Amino acid sequence: MAKVIVVTSGKGGVGKTTSTAALGAALAQRNEKTVVVDFDVGLRNLDLVMGAERRVVYDIVNVIQGDAKLPQALIRDKRLDTLFLLPASQTRDKDSLTAEGVERVMAELKKHFDWIICDSPAGIERGATLAMRHADIAVIVTNPEVSSVRDSDRIIGLLDAKTERAERGERVEKHLLLTRYDPARAERGDMLKVDDVLEILSIPLVGIVPESTDVLRASNIGAPVTLADSRSAPALAYHDAARRIAGETVPMTIPGEKRGLLGKLFGRRAA
Amino acid sequence: MTKVLTDTRSIRIKGRSFLALVLSPEPPLDAWLTRLDDLASRSAGFFLGRPVVLDVADLEIDRAQLKNLIDELGKRNVRIMGIEGGRPSLFEPGMPPAMKGGRPAPDIEIPAESTVEPVNAASAKAAASSAPMEPQAARAISSIVIREPVRSGQSVIFPEGDVTVVGSVASGAEIIAGGSVHIYGTLRGRALAGSVGNASARIFCRRLEAELLAIDGVYKTAEDMAPNLRGQAVQLWLEGDSIMAERLN
Repeated sequence: MAKVIVVTSGKGGVGKTTSTAALGAALAQRNEKTVVVDFDVGLRNLDLVMGAERRVVYDIVNVIQGDAKLPQALIRDKRLDTLFLLPASQTRDKDSLTAEGVERVMAELKKHFDWIICDSPAGIERGATLAMRHADIAVIVTNPEVSSVRDSDRIIGLLDAKTERAERGERVEKHLLLTRYDPARAERGDMLKVDDVLEILSIPLVGIVPESTDVLRASNIGAPVTLADSRSAPALAYHDAARRIAGETVPMTIPGEKRGLLGKLFGRRAA
Repeated sequence: MTKVLTDTRSIRIKGRSFLALVLSPEPPLDAWLTRLDDLASRSAGFFLGRPVVLDVADLEIDRAQLKNLIDELGKRNVRIMGIEGGRPSLFEPGMPPAMKGGRPAPDIEIPAESTVEPVNAASAKAAASSAPMEPQAARAISSIVIREPVRSGQSVIFPEGDVTVVGSVASGAEIIAGGSVHIYGTLRGRALAGSVGNASARIFCRRLEAELLAIDGVYKTAEDMAPNLRGQAVQLWLEGDSIMAERLN
């Protein structure tokens, strides 16, 4: 049964696209057929992070408008057979996305894939609401700072009101992905602590991705961080997050937290 | 020319709603007045001191007749505070003001324990539709409970009574209650209690981090709050024109 994940945040620049690519590659490495869909029409980035920018012929707007068939627009990853990209258009704007068109594309993707990961644009307007519309699972990407946390809170409210699931009276499964976490700065008080963020947002934590130059390096070479350097700290965090999304129980580690033997034995379960 | 104001205090203007009785006379007016007299004779003085609105929307009436009707009602000690549904041509100076936008409330039944003997209770009830009386004991809905966190950008507006939130109220969210506000969690957003003019409303929260607090139109922003209340379980109430606060527990 296909699951639709939306990666969203409200605020821009917190790591939605990076997280979409990393989670997509992590899930695809589990041998599950995965497609990452860029909803950021007009400001597309996912193709760059996936290293597929030179292979884009058709995009989601072409499919919605009937200029191309879905298989023509899907780009298979060169490194992973199970990973696909549906790029956004760079020359149009978000009004080119229609509710019916998106619904049609989603229904067709569901027939072919195990995981459909939608990379939401920033903001709470059309692009963002269409990206979350069909989601079963939402990954809310948040940086440990107040403006990002407040915007995430706003998005969580929208997920409970504007998604198809909410309208059917069901709930979207929500996960908090804390990115760009710097343990040293959190300790100094320059950054919100994990517990503070969890207390404010009161949704379960799915992973903590440490601030790392590995992420930037991976983006620059056009590879999801979970593919570029599988042993790096952010890659490990994304792999664990992907396993949790898939339903496994994986103990949570907070980067930089020194733990005694007991802590190591029992791990840490978040909220 | 500029006037110099010596007193810089601003004037507080607030909206407030009252429950008024609405009388809807039916033609012929003489017969209707007789029925009213009959009702009044059974429970004397029940219009005394009550705000009464005259509804003439469904009544073919001219200015002289309306004036006469108001006089007749005046003789029976029924004082009209406003006229609803009247054409502008019906009004003249000295008449009660025209009213509109009244919200319907349930029909009011004549209570059995009114000054009459029990035999008349049934007929009194029959008359209730033409002459509503005594308000029902209390309105049934007077509070709501929200069982999940109130997220940024959401607002809960409940002028009818108390709002209880089992969870936190996020920064950028607001709770507006006609009665008191109870928050079993952290209050980071805004809480406005007694919004329709209830000075006895209070705000309670388990942890105060609010952006703004208001009771009956008097407000306080985060900057004006005593710093030692931050992060504490607090109750707030109104004394005169100032919001008082005290730590709970």
